[in-house]
Amino acid sequence: MSYAISVNGQIHHVEDDGQTPLLWVLRDTLKLTGTKYGCGVAQCGACTVHVDGTPTRSCTLPLEVAASARITTIESIEGVEAQAIRDAWVARDVPQCGFCQSGQIMSAVALLRTLKTPTDRDIDVAMSGNICRCATYNRIRAAIHDAAAQLGTAR
Amino acid sequence: MTRRRMILGGSLIGGALIVGYTATHPMQVAGAILQGGGSDPGPSAFGPFVRIGSDGWVIVVNKQQEMGQGIHSGIAAMVAEELDADWDRVRVIEARNNFRAYGLQMTAGSNAIASNWDAMRNAGAAARAMFVAAAAHRWNVSSQSIEVRDGVVSHPGSNRSATFADLLEDASRQTPPQSPTLKQPEDYRLIGTDRVHRKDSLAKSTGAVIYTQDIQRPDMLVAMVAHSPRFGGTLARFDASDALKVKDVVDVFAIETGVAVVAKTTFAARRGRDALRIEWNDGEAEMRSTPELIEYYHQIAAGRGDLEPSDFGTKGENPGAPFDGDVVEFAFDFPYLAHAPMETLDCVAQVDGWNVSISSGAHLATLDQVMAAIAARTIPGKVDLEVVPAGGSFGRRGIMSSDYLVECVRIAKRIQGRPIKLIWSREDEMMSGYYRPMSHHRVWVQMGADAFPARWRVHSVCQALTPIGPNFQATEGITNSPYFSTASTVDGKIFSPSFPVVVGFWRSVGASHTAFVMEHIIDQLARRADRDPAAYRRTLYERAGDTRRIGVLDELCHKVDWGSPLQPGWARGLAIAEAFGTVVGQVAEVRLVDGRPIVRRVVAVVDCGIAVAPDQIAAQMEGGIGFGLSAALYGAMTLKDGIVQETNFDSHPVLRMNEMPAVETHIIKSTSRPTGMGEPGVPPIAPAVANAMLALTGSPTKSLPFLSGNALSNSDVSSQS
Ligand code: FES
Ligand code: FES
Repeated sequence: MSYAISVNGQIHHVEDDGQTPLLWVLRDTLKLTGTKYGCGVAQCGACTVHVDGTPTRSCTLPLEVAASARITTIESIEGVEAQAIRDAWVARDVPQCGFCQSGQIMSAVALLRTLKTPTDRDIDVAMSGNICRCATYNRIRAAIHDAAAQLGTAR
Repeated sequence: MTRRRMILGGSLIGGALIVGYTATHPMQVAGAILQGGGSDPGPSAFGPFVRIGSDGWVIVVNKQQEMGQGIHSGIAAMVAEELDADWDRVRVIEARNNFRAYGLQMTAGSNAIASNWDAMRNAGAAARAMFVAAAAHRWNVSSQSIEVRDGVVSHPGSNRSATFADLLEDASRQTPPQSPTLKQPEDYRLIGTDRVHRKDSLAKSTGAVIYTQDIQRPDMLVAMVAHSPRFGGTLARFDASDALKVKDVVDVFAIETGVAVVAKTTFAARRGRDALRIEWNDGEAEMRSTPELIEYYHQIAAGRGDLEPSDFGTKGENPGAPFDGDVVEFAFDFPYLAHAPMETLDCVAQVDGWNVSISSGAHLATLDQVMAAIAARTIPGKVDLEVVPAGGSFGRRGIMSSDYLVECVRIAKRIQGRPIKLIWSREDEMMSGYYRPMSHHRVWVQMGADAFPARWRVHSVCQALTPIGPNFQATEGITNSPYFSTASTVDGKIFSPSFPVVVGFWRSVGASHTAFVMEHIIDQLARRADRDPAAYRRTLYERAGDTRRIGVLDELCHKVDWGSPLQPGWARGLAIAEAFGTVVGQVAEVRLVDGRPIVRRVVAVVDCGIAVAPDQIAAQMEGGIGFGLSAALYGAMTLKDGIVQETNFDSHPVLRMNEMPAVETHIIKSTSRPTGMGEPGVPPIAPAVANAMLALTGSPTKSLPFLSGNALSNSDVSSQS
């Protein structure tokens, strides 16, 4: 079946089964490979994208549901929060293997858009769905605080 | 190809000057075999590892595989330091697999910094000397009067200066020195500073890095394979009729490891695989459950099996003589552990007749090349292997059989002429084995009158990681333990059972369990003798003459103010272990909530020789602690009737953000050659936590993981005094 799907501000017409998880539509059909497969069962967060602004696991979201929403992926996440997060990530050398980081960043940006100065507890709640097997958690936490502080001064 | 041709043969290639160091004679022979027809990076002026762009940028060719450990930045820093390059104008590119150009490409055993220490510094220093000679000639001054700093060559006496770019042509015509002068550590400007940053952080923060999973090729097909659910099971028969009806499934066929489904997309391959009907032959398969295996190990250790042990670490006269007097007995059980790297196993391969081309996050590339050639029935020189970054590995991609890569080559050989991307699901990865082996250690210590061990006996049971040779990995960390220093005899026996569950290298290998054995025993002995665990250790290290451990212990005690009070309910636990030549000490602050350890902070001290990239050492310490703590809390792959029960992150929990302790890393100042850092952060954390729990409750830990309802932690581990 054909679906019109809004990804990164563009409408794409895709011929895929409606049950196909959004993750594979993004990766295989639209060739947006920044979003990763890590578990396929909404446990690891590697596949996190924004669906109407909400961080969502794309590996369990069927195309037929996703087609009615606005999808944003790591490739085009923009705005002051995204920029601050990325700068903080680079300054702290957060990534190790990097495979989880697209998902981490999508979750972190969404967090900063909801909470201007998240506490450690807020970070735990927002980020615990994103596994990092390299255990970069402390740097992720520090970088989120850095980004929040940087946005605070910029305001 | 002679060395001189290798170095000078190309000079300027596409505007880039390439300088360097290369193979010795026997390696040239091996190179001829391995690289007979494979891709060649081309002859180079500055050798294989250093190129200078016409824009003056330094390009370091990294022959080690980047799997997250940050090796690219350490390699680049060693070159840039001796070259006096501008660190902000240094790039790193990943070398393709090429034995003739780069020698062995094996990234394992935390040895990439240590094994490249001479070659990379020499490559940088040789290139620097060529620029100095070029400038001296151009300005008609002596080489000694030339300085190089941040990519600028200058002659202070006459106030002249030139960039690498300015001097590139002339430098490329210089003869590289045979043994260039290297800097003394006190003259380093880059090595050992926080200026050594990763070069891939931005690309890894934008989704731009291409891992194997992300590779797209025209005409590419995706493959998934149905494997036997049991180790040692083989394919009896299968029915592909429903699978072939799934839209976009292209082909279904049997291969050595199961049934391959080839499709146009990953989801179609997955659906096709789900639609297969397969019967497995379990005649040779492992059918036991974990409790039976544990019982089997206990029987072996008690000498009731028919396995012949081999000796390890044996010391003194008649070590097998019976113990008497004050004898303390310990027993430990450790589970199978999966690697679960964030990127599951995957590989891209294309076979056209004799020619094989592969892209993979392969960290034993030279071996993978040979294994691929065997699988494709071609010669190694026909195998071209592009090494891409891996989304973690922790040893899983460093398997001697190259299992996933060979599987992909077999599928590609059958398909012929089209690129195949093999994707393993998380379940495939977790059920595939090559686990850290389960092990059982039974230890007896006869105490001396001074409350220190007088005699040791260690019986270990653990599958061997390699099919031939002694099973030394199972006892590394016990053999030569400094805690044997007060003993007149040591009687070590290793039993190596063999059955179909496949085992492999898991970050820190043997030390992942042996450090727990020795460090948890020593705390129990100290407590029994009513001695402080740190002071007790120090005496044993003194007796062993182990100055590095003493240095680490003293620094650690100083940093945590060992002995100072914590809030009620909290306790500190200490552990020190050596792995791959690096000594790491950790103190964990722990409290128990409903019997569950909560670790809020870990202070770590490391002696890894000269610290090349201090911030990456800290990152590996953080990562090692998180990885080790994850395994200590939850890690266990258990079998029920031979079938692995933990198949994804729901049934196999791993450490998450809210459970990660704060980590403070301190590096011992050293002028010794650097040693590794990818793995040594792992071993101390589990015993450090167990020792803190011991301090809180007085009860020792007899098996790992600390948490879970699985058979291992519930099993009645033999009595322990
Ligand atoms: S791949 Fe979607 S949560 Fe893991
Ligand atoms: S950086 Fe490797 S999994 Fe997070």
